[in-house]
Amino acid sequence: MFGKTARQDWIFLAIFAAFVLSMPVTLAPIGAGYPDLLQKFAIYGLFAIGFNILFGLTGYLSFGHAAFLGVGSYAAVWVFKLLTVNAVPAVIFAVLVAGLFAAAIGYVSLRRAGIYFSILTLAFAQMSYNLAYSVLTPLTNGETGLQVQLLAQGPVTDYINQDVRILDQWLGVKEVGVPSPSLFGIEMSGWPGFYFAAVMLIAGMFIAQRIFRSSFGMMLRAIKSNQTRLNYTGVNPRPYLLAAFVISGMYAGLAGALLAVIDPLAGAERMQWTASGEVVLMTILGGVGTLLGPFLGAALIKYAENIFSAINEKILHATFAWLPDGLQNAVVEIAGLFVGKGWHLTLGLLFMLIVIFLPGGLMEGFERLMRLFRRRGGAHAEREG
Amino acid sequence: MAAVLRIEDVHKSFGGLRALWEVNLDVEEGRVHAIIGPNGAGKSTLLNCLIGRLTPDRGTVTFEGRPLIGRKPHEINQMGIARVFQTPEIFEELTLLENLMIPAMAKRDGAFRLNAWRRVTRRGELMEEAEHILEEVGLAEQRHRVSAALSRGDKRRLELAMCLIQHPKLLLLDEPTAGMSRADTNNTIDLLKRIGEKGITKVIIEHDMHVVFSLADTISVLARGTFIAHGKPDEIRNDPKVQEAYLGGVEA
Ligand SMILES: Nc1ncnc2c1ncn2[C@@H]1O[C@H](COP(=O)(O)OP(=O)(O)OP(=O)(O)O)[C@@H](O)[C@H]1O
Ligand SMILES: [Mg+2]
Repeated sequence: MFGKTARQDWIFLAIFAAFVLSMPVTLAPIGAGYPDLLQKFAIYGLFAIGFNILFGLTGYLSFGHAAFLGVGSYAAVWVFKLLTVNAVPAVIFAVLVAGLFAAAIGYVSLRRAGIYFSILTLAFAQMSYNLAYSVLTPLTNGETGLQVQLLAQGPVTDYINQDVRILDQWLGVKEVGVPSPSLFGIEMSGWPGFYFAAVMLIAGMFIAQRIFRSSFGMMLRAIKSNQTRLNYTGVNPRPYLLAAFVISGMYAGLAGALLAVIDPLAGAERMQWTASGEVVLMTILGGVGTLLGPFLGAALIKYAENIFSAINEKILHATFAWLPDGLQNAVVEIAGLFVGKGWHLTLGLLFMLIVIFLPGGLMEGFERLMRLFRRRGGAHAEREG
Repeated sequence: MAAVLRIEDVHKSFGGLRALWEVNLDVEEGRVHAIIGPNGAGKSTLLNCLIGRLTPDRGTVTFEGRPLIGRKPHEINQMGIARVFQTPEIFEELTLLENLMIPAMAKRDGAFRLNAWRRVTRRGELMEEAEHILEEVGLAEQRHRVSAALSRGDKRRLELAMCLIQHPKLLLLDEPTAGMSRADTNNTIDLLKRIGEKGITKVIIEHDMHVVFSLADTISVLARGTFIAHGKPDEIRNDPKVQEAYLGGVEA
């Protein structure tokens, strides 16, 4: 923890910011230089960075973090419907609501540790998911999802299908059709949407870095390392854990709000357990407990998803056209299992490979490479000298 | 002298096993009080009853006149009681310095303080003290190593340092020299003597009679869950009851 100086941290942050903001150019050669995908890099990167504050530092594995993502989306869309399409209030409100929600779920779940904690969070997330489709339809609009609608003409009878946007109305904003979320007049889709998410990602990374280097962060690591010792050292781990849980829930809420800012439609499928599992994969793939790893993991998964899920049988046939007919069909048949809708199979394989050969994730891979280079460099120097 | 720690009529059973039975003990302020006794006598169990790891079935324990039973472990530590465990409990994944910073922060900040923004700096009071204590226990050179890499004896010394940085009023030591070489044992005896001068009350459990007789002001002998003798080292050495129950084959 003292390995890095404040100066090194600022340099890291500056490089990170420069990279994130230049992704539209630097990632263009690998076919990732368009806004829809880069928005996902930034948003899911934030989600994973926040998740890692809980999982990476304390070792408590939550299997229900998608619930906070979903809550963030719903909260943001409600602000769009009731107050204003400006993104700022929506983001703030979503983060607060997700934080409150996380405080409630965390308070109960953190009474247990280990696998029981994981199961409790999973159970709560599934409950939220089911409630969103049943009892809570007046808030979530069930399977249709919650959307921004036209302004109500006359008295409002149905807040799901008639919007009021009190703040915008009061400010005298003219609306033609259904408005999109904006930032003081700049519409938040496409590139502006990406840059908004990117700035949030950089801010999120900065906050995570502060937490990592603070005494709070050190206590969280101590919880992961030896809770017994910590207890007999005069520390009460429970409020530290709850704080970490709430903070990571707020990151998830922010990510959910950004999804809504970019596409103002909130549905319960965002809360499904597969979404909770995905953020676990992202974090482990990138490197648990590292600052940069979770973002890399998120970007890698979204990138791979984008590529593999877009491949269809026609593309496969074209790729393997050089094979003799019978063989070509067989190869396409097999490869077809791993692409399109079946891309999760590829993800599973990738995950297995990384966990088996690089348990520390991509970050461990980079470290090994660095060491290899340094050793090579050293050998060179010797030979020359 | 007043008793800082008073144990009255403590009983503890595990199922049918009577681990502690009618245990009474007064520990006087500033003294080194040794508890000796054969394996399985209940020595560690008694310490567990003091620090909130176990709740006695019966009896009271008071520290500076305040009851301990029913308090949470972290509350008891915040009252000024620190313990070295029989098997070292340290933060294996963290460096030695970090291992020391955590108890130091716990002492400064109490059981919980949300300090998520300020950087833990290399310079600063706590860090200086951590360095100083590492120096004192002879681990300064390894300060940036991960503590899992330490030898068993060094882990023990690290744990002792983690307790000392909190400046406890009462230090409970469960076999602090087990697994140490003769030289390391003597170093630890010297260290414990030195910190004795600062007026920390110590309860020390030890099988090594060399350590016991070098340090203890008072000795209590625990056998099969109850105390069979209390006294000054010389009295204990010559007590036939003790020799029969415990010292039998051991040269003292
Ligand atoms: N948590 C527990 N559950 C059941 N039995 C226990 C438990 N803790 C201790 N005992 C039993 O209580 C008795 C006293 O154990 P204790 O560890 O206090 O002995 P000790 O005097 O510290 O011995 P040693 O010198 O070997 O450390 C032993 O018979 C032990 O097996
Ligand atoms: Mg013992």
